[in-house]
Amino acid sequence: MRQESAYLRSVHREGRIWNISVAVILLLVPVAVALIYRTMPDWHGFALGLLATAPMYWAVGAIETVTYVPMLGAGGSYLSFVTGNISNLKLPVALNALEQAGVSINSEEGEIVSTIAIAVSSIVTTLIILGVVLITPLTPLLNAPALAPAFAQILPALFGALGVVFISKNWKIAVAPVLLMLVLFIAIPALNAGTVGIMVPVGVLFTLGVSRILYKRGIL
Amino acid sequence: MEFNVNSPILFVVAGFAVAVVLAQSICFLIKAWRRARDLGMDMKKLGRTARTAAIFTIAPAAAIVISVITLSKDLGVPLPWLRLSVVGNLSYETIAATNAESAMGLTFGQVSSLTAQQYVTIAAVMTVSILIGIWLVPLIGERLLNGMITLENRDKKWGEIFSASMFIGMISAFIGYVFCDFSGIFRGDLSGLIPVCVMTVSALVMTALGLASKRKGLRVLADYALPVSLIAGMASAVPFTAWLG
Repeated sequence: MRQESAYLRSVHREGRIWNISVAVILLLVPVAVALIYRTMPDWHGFALGLLATAPMYWAVGAIETVTYVPMLGAGGSYLSFVTGNISNLKLPVALNALEQAGVSINSEEGEIVSTIAIAVSSIVTTLIILGVVLITPLTPLLNAPALAPAFAQILPALFGALGVVFISKNWKIAVAPVLLMLVLFIAIPALNAGTVGIMVPVGVLFTLGVSRILYKRGIL
Repeated sequence: MEFNVNSPILFVVAGFAVAVVLAQSICFLIKAWRRARDLGMDMKKLGRTARTAAIFTIAPAAAIVISVITLSKDLGVPLPWLRLSVVGNLSYETIAATNAESAMGLTFGQVSSLTAQQYVTIAAVMTVSILIGIWLVPLIGERLLNGMITLENRDKKWGEIFSASMFIGMISAFIGYVFCDFSGIFRGDLSGLIPVCVMTVSALVMTALGLASKRKGLRVLADYALPVSLIAGMASAVPFTAWLG
């Protein structure tokens, strides 16, 4: 019977320390700016801005945590929830690495592969942003109108490639959720780029339900 | 001290936070790498995994840079640089900045200069709004992952199906999203076909590379299939947009 390994326990211990430290440092950024410039926030604006933003983010953030952690593994989760850009970068990177290595995220090898892929991706992203924004002024090139359509279509390009790999391997599982999501996204105008994050847990729960039925009936 | 959204001191403050996050990534990478060596994993294969992850990251990272540039028009470079290096993504950060600015009577995209107070308020709203994931993972992450281990111990096959179903559920939501403007074609607006065409190109390139990589001597294609498909899909968006947009 597999149990949580000493390695995994140490990842959780260190992950907690890192994430809580980063959270505190991030909270201290506006405080530091306020101290440097001897000012205070506009509390009225802060309350209104927070009221308009936080409830949705906190709800989505809580759902994302429950949904993405089992897919990212321990090390991958601590890193991804600190470095952000999960669905458009960290999760695809981890999925591709696991697929390439032929290991499951539930194994220790999978945990290691996911962590390495996400850590490398985070480092490269940070260095690219640092290099392009702060050192090399590539702004005109990246802002070129000719390239705008390419950057606007990054998610379709990403999930076209990922989809073909995972759906071809698990087509029995994929048929129902893909059809459901197609119907929902085509029929309901409110479902768009802004709401796709909310639909991820819906898709996951629906797929789990369908898979359970298929598994119990001996189809999977 | 006179306030400026691109003041060097703001670069120092943001740079410190980014450096801490970079250090976390490096520490986790070293830790995982050492554990892989201890377990006797194929280190060459892991090297390929790392290389593929690095190459794959370039195009999405370029998109993140564009997000930094977009937000920097209102907020200067340091704050968007920090927000998009740590925790954030473009849609979250734009909404948070828009809400914070409008709460103070400003309009996102039309701000010529900010006061220190406005800047601190916007930074505080963006930070407090987004921190839930960083706090929640330390609180419930271990319990969630131990639940996965228990599930697999009870029924290994169902544990594997469970993981695959989570991935498929996530991917199906994004495939649905690709079709979100599709219904526009019934009103004569063909632009909703652009993401569908891009996804198709990317899927076809991935399929072709996957099949080719099974041939002797072309195994290396499998390592670069995802980044190449991503770039091919993105590149195809340019002519598709000119045609259908």
